[in-house]
Amino acid sequence: MSEFLNAVRTLPLLQNALIMGVLASIACGVIGTYVVSRRITSIAGAVAHCVLGGLGAAKYFQVTRGWAWCHPLLGATIAAVLSAIIIGWVSLRAKQREDTVISAIWSVGMAIGVLFISQTPGYNEDLTAYLFGSILLVSSQDMWLTVALDIGILLLGLLYYNRFLAVCFDEEFARLRGIRVELYYLLLLVLTALTVVVLLKVVGIIMVIALLTLPAAVAGFFARTLFQMMVIATLIGISLTTGGLAISYSPSLPAGATTIVLAGTVYTIALATRWGMQRLRRSTGKAPVTNSPV
Amino acid sequence: MTDGNVIQTTDLHFRYDSDVVLENVNITVGPRDFVSIVGPNGGGKTTLLKLILGLLQPRHGSIRVFGLPPEKARQRVGYMPQYAQLDPHFPVSVQDVVLMGRLGIGSSIGPYRRADVDIAHRTLGEVGLAKFARRPFAALSGGQRQRVLISRALACEPDLLLLDEPTSNLDQAVQDDFYDLLRELSKRLTVILVSHDVGFVSTLVQTILCVNRTVSKHCASELSGKTISDLYGGDIAMVHHDHDHHHGHHHH
Repeated sequence: MSEFLNAVRTLPLLQNALIMGVLASIACGVIGTYVVSRRITSIAGAVAHCVLGGLGAAKYFQVTRGWAWCHPLLGATIAAVLSAIIIGWVSLRAKQREDTVISAIWSVGMAIGVLFISQTPGYNEDLTAYLFGSILLVSSQDMWLTVALDIGILLLGLLYYNRFLAVCFDEEFARLRGIRVELYYLLLLVLTALTVVVLLKVVGIIMVIALLTLPAAVAGFFARTLFQMMVIATLIGISLTTGGLAISYSPSLPAGATTIVLAGTVYTIALATRWGMQRLRRSTGKAPVTNSPV
Repeated sequence: MTDGNVIQTTDLHFRYDSDVVLENVNITVGPRDFVSIVGPNGGGKTTLLKLILGLLQPRHGSIRVFGLPPEKARQRVGYMPQYAQLDPHFPVSVQDVVLMGRLGIGSSIGPYRRADVDIAHRTLGEVGLAKFARRPFAALSGGQRQRVLISRALACEPDLLLLDEPTSNLDQAVQDDFYDLLRELSKRLTVILVSHDVGFVSTLVQTILCVNRTVSKHCASELSGKTISDLYGGDIAMVHHDHDHHHGHHHH
């Protein structure tokens, strides 16, 4: 651990990685709370995997056509938002087909990415970085893009807090109050898509859902309101990304995977603790107060 | 609105694909009527409710709420769903649930106005839960949650209150309080409640709408054993209730 602390002092790359972890945790805490309480984890998963299509295409055109502006993260953002809107539209129109469409978009998006990557000269090493994260290779460009996305996500996520809360808690009632439920649902999916892009560098496409949902799920065990859940989830997210970096540093483990295993461990401990407390309450005769959306 | 009907349907028909759910429904509900919709499960109670709310569209015929198509009249309607339809563990405070009744009134972004918070507190007081505003909704009992949802419907400041099965899952003591609350509300609002419990509503409301594919209207006092057996296909004993004994089988 002291080796890690020394490295943090001297290595700007590691400092960037820590800042990136914090930035990602903020977006995760706010949007992950909505995703968990609205139960749209699988939609978030599909969006995350689709992103590879956008990444691959952008990188292909950047390399083969020499379009410097065609940054892979730009492609990722476009693919994420596009897939969120398509999935959202389909799930609103054809509810019974939702899971099929989600799986289709999930794998077709990835397949497109793999095809583009296979045709891009000298690119294949980067594929693992996008799939599994590369928090130690964060450029300042990545950081500024993440800051911008964070600000957008926070503004929309918090300004429309009351609307999102109502839509997540009781969609029918919200509709009866004249709320355009479909619009907020799509907006929520777009914000989820942007959060996925923010998380890409930290844990990679494959593990995004875990970091999006596990901190919020753990926070849900303790929170009394959605807002508390967001704050707690953000703090848990920061601890997880920082802890993941610290633990993985000395033995040179992949940081993203370490973070996710850590998140899974924390979630399991939280589940077990809650279960134990409920049993304790029941045996002492008090009514159990469960307080979690999971 | 002091004159004109609150609800008026003309030859209302509704079906899901080939299953006819409601046909030839001609009903009127006037201002400050206290009405119950009763009938067997699958008889069309919920469908009628959703037609009134404008969540479903009739296949034929028309329905007007305050003289308007139902979806245009929603701002004047307060609706209470069954609390069992909601996620029991959702992290939300009682006050925030009630404030949802103020949605669509002020600005669409940012926090609720002070005036909205005041209204939420007032309606929580009306259902006797003023002290519970900051409690988590998940920590309340079933009866308390049901009252929070009534409070939310009242926070809409409605002219018509629609309650879906307000007394299911309530214990006897809570039910009695509940009747008093509804009776009180019916003095100033049009109240329509959906119930499977004919015994209880016949002591409470003026008018009963029996829904079983068709809709027939009865005065609560004239509702006889014959009507009940028509409605449920025989085999149901009509228990006469007075104010103190809403459930004949429950305590004697």
